[in-house]
Amino acid sequence: MPDEVIDCRGQRCPLPVIAAARRMPEVPVGTVVRVLADDPAAAVDIPAWCRMRGQEFLGSVNGPDGPAYDVRRTH
Amino acid sequence: MSASPVYLDAATAAPMHPVARQALLAALDDGWADPGKLYTQARRARQLLDAAREATALTLGVRADEVSFTPSGTTAAHGAVLGGLAGRRRVGSTLVHSAIEHSAVLHAAERHVGAGGTAAAVPVDRLGRLDLTAWSTAVRAPGVALAALITASHEVGTVQPVAEAAAACADMGVPLYVDAAQSVGRVPLPAGWSVLTASAHKWGGPPGVGVLAVRKGTRWESPWPADEREGGRTPGVVNLPAVVAAAASLRAAAADAAAEATRLAALVDRVRERVAVEVPDVEVVGDPVLRLPHLVTFSCLYVDGEALLHALDRRGFAVSSGSSCTSSTLRPSHVLEAMGVLSHGNVRVSLHRETTEADVERFLTELPGIVAGLRADAGVVGL
Repeated sequence: MPDEVIDCRGQRCPLPVIAAARRMPEVPVGTVVRVLADDPAAAVDIPAWCRMRGQEFLGSVNGPDGPAYDVRRTH
Repeated sequence: MSASPVYLDAATAAPMHPVARQALLAALDDGWADPGKLYTQARRARQLLDAAREATALTLGVRADEVSFTPSGTTAAHGAVLGGLAGRRRVGSTLVHSAIEHSAVLHAAERHVGAGGTAAAVPVDRLGRLDLTAWSTAVRAPGVALAALITASHEVGTVQPVAEAAAACADMGVPLYVDAAQSVGRVPLPAGWSVLTASAHKWGGPPGVGVLAVRKGTRWESPWPADEREGGRTPGVVNLPAVVAAAASLRAAAADAAAEATRLAALVDRVRERVAVEVPDVEVVGDPVLRLPHLVTFSCLYVDGEALLHALDRRGFAVSSGSSCTSSTLRPSHVLEAMGVLSHGNVRVSLHRETTEADVERFLTELPGIVAGLRADAGVVGL
């Protein structure tokens, strides 16, 4: 389960990626942040951001709140 | 003072070649009659059409009677897919295609699936190159009627392993259709295909002319209502002046292709190197070596693709983008998605015979400041 959730529903890319990038330095290393984002580009761009920034992309889930993407802060 | 225009979207439509313009004007006077009729004016039109077909066939390395001119590259692609499937419907109803085909091919595939057929998309790697193992497995499955592979990605430039893919198809007797829109008139064509399509405005011909080539012995059946023109492969009278212009400009483009490829590939190398170094947080995508000579794509982290296109346009630069905000469907490019690379802030730069070193230099000089300005406006500097 994620440690916290960022709700980016209704936001177009790159806004969900920016929201994740802003939050990540504020949480302790090891924290899992779930990004709720219904913009289809998030499915591509959140994993790509993790790769570019060396953060861990844990996967996506499609729950009652719509598509969600879990990211763990690794550094 | 407004910036002078620099057109960098040849992969969408190249500026018309001067030879195309001359041929078009001449053919408007001389080639307006229906080439299918039996009077003097029609015979003249027929001569022009035959000559255009022979010249095009020569460039493609096929026989003249294997070439048909269609009303667009899209129509040619639709016909290639649906006709290839129709010709082999007794064998099966599966279309195998790469995940990075042009939308015209994918839309034809959707039509096929909607009519009860099946389609299997084969993945690509991070560089946009076909997964040959998955391709070979897919074409070996029972009931494959046709396989479709783009010769080189129109979005990221990665050249596809067509010869190897064709060999896998040949082992199973599956015809291979190649969308060669970005290759014809620019680079040598691969071997091993049964059906090929191209589009004249990509090589400097006029818009509204496509090419459909079907090799002898291919089981291909027109998906359109019957019409005797163009070998029965595409209905309707051709736009003959445009076809004449397309053929003339293809011959001219092919004659210069090797020299132009060398010149443009060096400019693309410069874009790839400089953008990666001078624009922070950018992902230059596509294969750095096995790629088209005239096309380069990159994505800028945290930048809105539409805002970037508008900012470049205000400085006189015309480029394309695969970012979702620039598409009518608001979905990211299926090509960038299949590669798993950043889709926002995406720019595709594609060069042509009129592109100068100075054009590229000005683009490279202005781009870092434009991206930095957009990031500052969005408050994402230092993220």
